[in-house]
Amino acid sequence: MQVKKIAGFDRIFYFRKKTFLGLLILFGAYPFLVSNYYIDIGFFFGIYALLGLSLNIVLGEVGLFDLGHAGFYAIGAYTTAILNTKCGIPIFILLPVSALAAALFAYMVCSPIIHLRGDYLCIVTIGMGEIVRLALINNPLDLTGGPNGVFGIDFPSVGNIFVIDSSIEYYFLIWVAVALSIYGLSRLQQSRIGRAWNCIREDEVAAKANGIDVRYYKLLAFVLGAALAGVAGNIYASKLMCVSPESFTFWESCLMFCIVLIGGMGSIPGVLIGAAAISLFPEIFRPFAMYRMLVFGGAMILMMVFRPGGIWPRKRGISGK
Amino acid sequence: MQVVFEQIINGLTIGSFYGLIALGYSMVYGVLKLINFAHGDFFALGSYLGYTLLIFGSAFVTSLFGLWGGMIAAMLVAAICLAFVGILVERVAYRPIYPAGRLPAVVSALGASIILQNVIMVIWGPRYQAYPAKLIPNIHLQVWGVHITVLQLVILLLSFFIMAVLYYIIQRTTFGAAIRASAMDRDTAALMGINFNKVIFFIFTLGPALGALTGVMVGMYYRQISFTMGWNYGLKAFTATILGGIGNLPGAMFGGLILGVLEMLGAAYISAAWKDVFVFLILIMVLIFRPTGLFGETTAEKV
Amino acid sequence: MQRNKNKVVLETHQLTKTFGGLTAVSQLNLRVHQGEISSLIGPNGAGKTTVFNVVTGIYRPDGGQVLFNDENISGKQPHRIVAKGIARTFQNIRLFPEMTCLENVMAGQHCRASAGLWSSIFRTPGQKKEEKRIQEVAEDRLEQVGLWKFKAELAKNIAYGSRRMLEIARALASDPQLLVLDEPSSGLNDRETEDLIDFLKGLLQENLTILIIEHDMKVVMGISDWVTVMDEGKKIAEGDPETIYNNPLVVEAYLGKDDDSEEEKI
Repeated sequence: MQVKKIAGFDRIFYFRKKTFLGLLILFGAYPFLVSNYYIDIGFFFGIYALLGLSLNIVLGEVGLFDLGHAGFYAIGAYTTAILNTKCGIPIFILLPVSALAAALFAYMVCSPIIHLRGDYLCIVTIGMGEIVRLALINNPLDLTGGPNGVFGIDFPSVGNIFVIDSSIEYYFLIWVAVALSIYGLSRLQQSRIGRAWNCIREDEVAAKANGIDVRYYKLLAFVLGAALAGVAGNIYASKLMCVSPESFTFWESCLMFCIVLIGGMGSIPGVLIGAAAISLFPEIFRPFAMYRMLVFGGAMILMMVFRPGGIWPRKRGISGK
Repeated sequence: MQVVFEQIINGLTIGSFYGLIALGYSMVYGVLKLINFAHGDFFALGSYLGYTLLIFGSAFVTSLFGLWGGMIAAMLVAAICLAFVGILVERVAYRPIYPAGRLPAVVSALGASIILQNVIMVIWGPRYQAYPAKLIPNIHLQVWGVHITVLQLVILLLSFFIMAVLYYIIQRTTFGAAIRASAMDRDTAALMGINFNKVIFFIFTLGPALGALTGVMVGMYYRQISFTMGWNYGLKAFTATILGGIGNLPGAMFGGLILGVLEMLGAAYISAAWKDVFVFLILIMVLIFRPTGLFGETTAEKV
Repeated sequence: MQRNKNKVVLETHQLTKTFGGLTAVSQLNLRVHQGEISSLIGPNGAGKTTVFNVVTGIYRPDGGQVLFNDENISGKQPHRIVAKGIARTFQNIRLFPEMTCLENVMAGQHCRASAGLWSSIFRTPGQKKEEKRIQEVAEDRLEQVGLWKFKAELAKNIAYGSRRMLEIARALASDPQLLVLDEPSSGLNDRETEDLIDFLKGLLQENLTILIIEHDMKVVMGISDWVTVMDEGKKIAEGDPETIYNNPLVVEAYLGKDDDSEEEKI
């Protein structure tokens, strides 16, 4: 009997190690070849990649319509911003703290609503995202700084020896985070947890009837997705040195949604491509000036007309043959 | 006590805006199971068209038929234009994607929304525009000590009239039955000889037209319009749709009215800054206890 | 009524389920004995599938009890009931269409595994071992139903008859004690139906107990050790196939209410 080879990196990307190494070198060499401006574009590509990966767990793997993911991102960013500026806690320590805060928030918010179906869940997540944003604007307990946000967030550092303060270092920080996430998530995809998620997406009743605790796995997806978004928020906050509510609008949630769908639901390379499309597109079309968002909207429609399954959908069952 | 009544009337006015926009969401959702994110932008575009029509068309129409005539003309023309835009968007952005399922359509709808929003921005500019005050009737009434403007009264009456007519069409006519049948089971409806394209045509002309009408009313009521207003109102209207039970037209209308009243009362008695938080919290509470909205069906899922 | 001495695996006691004003199942007493194939038959709308849905936890009963190995499982969550040893299939086949056949069957092993988030991310030795076991069980089951060749194929791409078998393989992968099949032969041709009968009989060697809903009288008479007949939510008769076949009440329930096609089947 043939035994299926269980996941190596080639199982995730479906291409050979050489291509993978090539990409790695490209990503590694990129910041040394271009100006700071383009390094920063690379950084935001990384942020969107991380956000895309985090939403991909909820939307791509489990099929839950989450249009309020910016809320979790905001919780992560503001946790870092507030604890750093008010209590002076170092950014690196706040990284897991932000992830935990976002995860805890997701757990508390999603527990009572996790049984909602499809679009009802969708509007609740939208509402949740809006509540977070409006709360930040309203400056409760004088913590969030209202519409102006919080200023003066530190660089990530370990003592004085290792300080991340240049564009290049931030670039590597975010991409290391992305790489680690991909590593963990691709392993989850190939585990009973990943399969349980996909089963729920495919047919919730059948999943239940096959012994999958639907509620638990949905919550797990939300909590994990929120934690990753919290990490993205932490890195984003320290890079910009300030956070304000306008970075966490409904529009931001929509962008994440598009990243997952443009790339292909549940596909990790798809998320990277989707994130590239969303973060690089406005740059490429800068010459179009005020018409560029028109082109952007048109591209989104065309993309879905011609590749409704995304650019790089997840392929299954290849190595089983 | 007067203040409460005034707030309720203000709430009903805003609520009728939400309700009218929500009708468009609900019709499209009911038949296609598609959240039409571009719908809020139909509304915004209608509002801008109405603005231009009032300014440039006013000399002619207003001089012939007076202030009210100018208003009605602006509403009608904006509604007709948006009916065409609605059909155009359906043909270009949605029709080719129906076979691919629901999620790609969400992205496409967002794309259409971005395009509409930016079309407005390119044509009218990114700044706020103001409906000209002198072209809008401004008469106040005092009924039992409660303050109300004639414009408010007209808006309320017109909204209720439209809702009643639509309710009649959907619930009492053969064509309405065809729409409801398509919403329940598209394939079976088609087998029964229902022309699905006709149904789609209807919902994608009427929905945007109602949106445009509402846009002009909002412009006249608040005077100020902006190119991003489609998102704000769209989000509220979508909330109203869900609150009432998605796909349920009377539910959408009541959802809108309830939302408007809650918002105004929340603004008056809790805090103006937290009113939207209050509204969303109510929505979430309702859904926790009634997972398919206030007027949604609660039948068990067939297994 | 003569019954063998095997112990009772599943028992429903005064089971009742209502939807709004409609009573779908009314005070039903059902017994399934170990090592037997029991059938639940009755005209359309008799409430058979509702019984299954209550037994497997998809619906909550409105009255009465479901006892599995003398333990009250009524109202428990479906995934807990699967873990206790009841696996099911659906009348209208519910697979995971975008997943491969092998993954579909592996899903059945979910409740027999325990790897959590961290052991899956760090791929601990225990998790690896477990994953290997899941895969082996799934592969064995696929082979058993003769779908080994489709293991890397997406479930939506295989033929209808194969899908039925795949669903059964998935149910079997949860190592059940009781297998609950909802019209397993519907949509199958004669040849496939015969294969199915042989297959189900073969399963009894594995110390399995089977409860099926079936319309096809040929199947019912061919494999059942015990038949329960329902009509309008109530049990109207039970006995061995021979007795049921000659029971005037049963004949009336079918012929009195149903159209010609049902008559042919009897």
